[in-house]
Amino acid sequence: MSERVLTIEVNGEPHRILSSDNRTLLEVLREDLGLTGTKHGCDVGECGACSVLMDGQPVLACLVLALQVGDRTVTTIEGLAADGNPDPVQKAFAERGAAQCGYCTPGMIISSRALLDGNPDPSTEEINTALAGNLCRCTGYNKIVEAVHLAASREARP
Amino acid sequence: MTLRLPLFEYRTPTSLAEAVAILSDSDGGAVIAGGGTDLFPKMKRRQTTPTTVVSLSAIPELSGIEIDSEGNCRLGASTPVAAVAASELVPAVVAAAAAEIASPQIRNTATLGGNLCLDTRCNYIDMPELWREASGHCLKDGGDTCWVAPRGDRCWAISSTDLAPVVIALNGTLRLVGPRGERETPAEALYRNDGIDYHDRSDDEILTQVMLPPFGGRATYRKLRRRGSIDFPLVGVAAAAHLDDRGTVGSIRLVVGAVASAPLRATAAEEFLVGRQLTDEVIEEAARLASHHVRPQDNTDTGSRYRKWMTPVFVTRALQDLRA
Ligand SMILES: Cc1cc2nc3c(=O)[nH]c(=O)nc-3n(C[C@H](O)[C@H](O)[C@H](O)COP(=O)(O)OP(=O)(O)OC[C@H]3O[C@@H](n4cnc5c(N)ncnc54)[C@H](O)[C@@H]3O)c2cc1C
Ligand code: FES
Ligand code: FES
Repeated sequence: MSERVLTIEVNGEPHRILSSDNRTLLEVLREDLGLTGTKHGCDVGECGACSVLMDGQPVLACLVLALQVGDRTVTTIEGLAADGNPDPVQKAFAERGAAQCGYCTPGMIISSRALLDGNPDPSTEEINTALAGNLCRCTGYNKIVEAVHLAASREARP
Repeated sequence: MTLRLPLFEYRTPTSLAEAVAILSDSDGGAVIAGGGTDLFPKMKRRQTTPTTVVSLSAIPELSGIEIDSEGNCRLGASTPVAAVAASELVPAVVAAAAAEIASPQIRNTATLGGNLCLDTRCNYIDMPELWREASGHCLKDGGDTCWVAPRGDRCWAISSTDLAPVVIALNGTLRLVGPRGERETPAEALYRNDGIDYHDRSDDEILTQVMLPPFGGRATYRKLRRRGSIDFPLVGVAAAAHLDDRGTVGSIRLVVGAVASAPLRATAAEEFLVGRQLTDEVIEEAARLASHHVRPQDNTDTGSRYRKWMTPVFVTRALQDLRA
């Protein structure tokens, strides 16, 4: 049960880490790379707080081993802002007040980003479906859905 | 509280032969991983602590969906559930059932093979280690009592795969590869109504492919779950039938999932339906026949009486789908 050196690309930067095989991507992101924007919720796949993008697709970092990442690219919530400017989805969440405690927010934004990348003008139903793996215990979801609509409308005519 | 995985060695064989060799040399210490979305939560709860996890992800021939020269749809076991859900090559009912599995993020990592080989579930075995130790280990956990039915001598953990009932309804065949070579089996024959020994498969046998014969009939899958996403089925009904121009049932396969330790073929209802039109009265009788012997236990999200009550309701809805 030795450790191995892994190289994983997170938010456009390659990172070399020493890890035993049993460590999840979530543990490595938060504990080794200090990227604590990705939240640690249930740890067993039920809440979506740990969502990150792997090659653009949302996955649960608590159920992916760091060494399963291989040569795929990982994007976390920290990686969405470009040159200090928040992503349009982040801005829309802030403006719409689509967060209360905020614990689900990074995961919600990750899933929303993946949706808009594949479907720039989603219907409410498509938003609901795309966010169906992200639990929010506070907001009642309406403002989250509104924020995704808002981001979509802005991205359509930048 | 962080639920960390126990220590293990992660192997990524690049051929089936190598994977089989690792599994059979491991003396039971190695387990197969597809996407790990079932395996890793179980390992975090210390329901299983393998020394080696054998990933199938680097074996190229296990991934992909194709239609062969005879019109069969062949699906590699490592195909992600999301790819099955999005595929236009698979029967629509398979894609629809795949889209109802777990959540979008899980479907991106979960595999078809892992879904068909999903471990059985139960409120007691799926508790964290501390809880299980405090209450006393159940049968599936190496103890001597089933906490669901303490006076019985069997384990009632539930078969909770959404795709198995559908694959069985479509008369699918599974290909397995192990140390003794390759074999094919009707999907139905893989499952045993036993919460512990739920597969007719040795631990070193790998499910490699699912084969669905061409199907020109009507098919549906109806799933009851607590919420519209994330949750496992509480009842899942798959039906596939051929109806003639007048709506008379020529043949039908009806499978009820998530009410026992295996998906159950409703053969009495099937026999009753053949030669009949799907009128309200016929559907009512078929739903009764398909569910009167079903005995869900009190071991998942809702009480057993509710699942017992909903079984004929979901059989009815499935049969109404075929009529529409
Ligand atoms: C929150 C949550 C919700 C879920 N909801 C659902 C749901 O609604 N419906 C549902 O059906 N499932 C559900 N699941 C279970 C699981 O995510 C899916 O069944 C998934 O398809 C399993 O695939 P996997 O590749 O991740 O399996 P893995 O975890 O990799 O494997 C599952 C089991 O099958 C064995 N195995 C895997 N591949 C093979 C193979 N090729 N040959 C032999 N054995 C193999 C493994 O050893 C393991 O015992 C849920 C899981 C979670 C965490
Ligand atoms: S922490 Fe990963 S899904 Fe809850
Ligand atoms: S804002 Fe609190 S969980 Fe969503």
